[in-house]
Amino acid sequence: MSVKTEVDEAALTAAGNSVYVYEAPVRAWHWINVLCIITLSITGWFIASPLPSVSGEASENFLMGYIRFAHFAAGYVFAVGLLVRLYWAFVGNHHAKQLFILPVTDSKWWAGMFKEIRWYLYLEKQPNKYIGHNPLGHLFMFFAITLGGTFMLVTGFALYGEGAQEGHWSHWLFTSWVIPLFGQSQDVHTWHHFIAWGIVVFVILHVYTAIREDIMSRQTMISAMIDGKRTFRE
Amino acid sequence: MSTETFYEVMRRQGISRRSFLKFCSLTAASLGLAPTMAPQIAHAMETKPRTPVIWLHGLECTCCSESFIRSAHPLAKDVVLSMLSLDYDDTLMAAAGHQAEEIIAEIRKKYKGNFILAVEGNPPLNEDGMFCIHGGRPFVEVLKETAADAKAIISWGACASWGCVQAAKPNPTRATPVHKVITDKPIIKVPGCPPIAEVMTAVVTYMLTFDRIPELDRQGRPKMFYGQRIHDKCYRRPHFDAGQFVEEWDDEAARKGYCLYKMGCKGPTTYNACSTVRWNGGVSFPIQSGHGCIGCSEEGFWDKGGFYERVTDIKQFGVESNADAVGGTVAGIAGAAVVAHAAVSALTKARDKNDQSKGGK
Repeated sequence: MSVKTEVDEAALTAAGNSVYVYEAPVRAWHWINVLCIITLSITGWFIASPLPSVSGEASENFLMGYIRFAHFAAGYVFAVGLLVRLYWAFVGNHHAKQLFILPVTDSKWWAGMFKEIRWYLYLEKQPNKYIGHNPLGHLFMFFAITLGGTFMLVTGFALYGEGAQEGHWSHWLFTSWVIPLFGQSQDVHTWHHFIAWGIVVFVILHVYTAIREDIMSRQTMISAMIDGKRTFRE
Repeated sequence: MSTETFYEVMRRQGISRRSFLKFCSLTAASLGLAPTMAPQIAHAMETKPRTPVIWLHGLECTCCSESFIRSAHPLAKDVVLSMLSLDYDDTLMAAAGHQAEEIIAEIRKKYKGNFILAVEGNPPLNEDGMFCIHGGRPFVEVLKETAADAKAIISWGACASWGCVQAAKPNPTRATPVHKVITDKPIIKVPGCPPIAEVMTAVVTYMLTFDRIPELDRQGRPKMFYGQRIHDKCYRRPHFDAGQFVEEWDDEAARKGYCLYKMGCKGPTTYNACSTVRWNGGVSFPIQSGHGCIGCSEEGFWDKGGFYERVTDIKQFGVESNADAVGGTVAGIAGAAVVAHAAVSALTKARDKNDQSKGGK
């Protein structure tokens, strides 16, 4: 399966400078992920470093319980989202596949990546036009969301399965092999926590580059994730 | 001479049949079995010859033995004198020197493939095993030799199961857990530093009674004692869920017995029976005594960072650092880089516009 992303100028002119790229499920997934990642990051932080103690009887309070519930619920939504998104890669349009495939054997893709890096180092006057992700964005997206998200789900559900215990699907599917693979539970916690920071860093870069490209590149970015249309300009 | 059955030994020691049956019921209960299993235990003890056990000591501190002899249910003396035929244990036995070593050879010959090998401690492999000498020979040789004729092996404690402190980085003697040296025998890991006395005796009792090894998890630990985390059965768990934590060792929350999570308690990541079976005949366990769990039954617990930190160190980064320190720093750098990059971008764009408008004129 190849991923063709570069602009076919002739086709574009015929279509009138605007291409429908992100179908509704992809856009919905994106914004659901935004909510999930915000919820997961904040609740995750407070699971590792809990808030100051609440007063009163333990039986009258459930703060840590609610924080953990929010984390687990958002984790489930994120998991279902990624599975549906994977399904959509098969049934959706051509661009829906891009997130799951890195065209590492394509020399044009690498050339595009270097041009993009030069563009970010202010060494290029103009970036290339891309209908889907540009190669650099594609690379980051693949490592942060496809791989990073999968890693967080696997380790996350492995930790969840420890509490759910044997007999629960998450214990059977993840805990039973992830914990022995890492050696012990504490390591899984540490790496889950560490990669979470990786995703936070990705979010910072993603938001910045999306806004920057929207202003400075030759194509729309933010509105493309709202109405799904990529519009090009000179 | 044929080996006596448990029942015969017990009767010989003046134990009444009534007491024997009570003992069987208690054993069934301590193994978590249904009451209907008590007769089966009684039957087994009446008919089965006692299985000989050889207890070897490698690189260790004897805390497993110390724990074992304090077992309350069943009493260690019952296990040692009545239940199993602990034929060799250099720490507990009366014989010494060649007289003692001959026993190993004798059992290996007489009960070939039919005795249990219990190992406390582990063999160091560096310098051909010279860091631990047993009867004038490297311990690793004695271990391999004896294991070759054993039916099954019990790895007592964190040493035999994972390596423990002598295997902590940089592990100068290359202390190696038993399962990495002996690979062709069933191995039951009973980790802990030391393991709980009742867990030790129960594992032995189970194996002798049912003539099979207990159900193990993926890491080779008996599920009945290592199937849940300390955290899952901790009596302070309600304070965890409520969000009530000890912040300092001498604060009001510590006096009220709140959760020790923030003090680095490893209960949430440690599989052991401390919060159910407890210690010293069920008197207490670390968390009940006001100190967090240090995770002594988990692999490499010496190398997992501070006992008093919740988010522990990542050793992979050379300098000791934890996920928050690394992640926070990287996120900070990324944020600063974004601001700087945005500023330069704005300047470039402004300049380009200027050039364009000049060019336009």
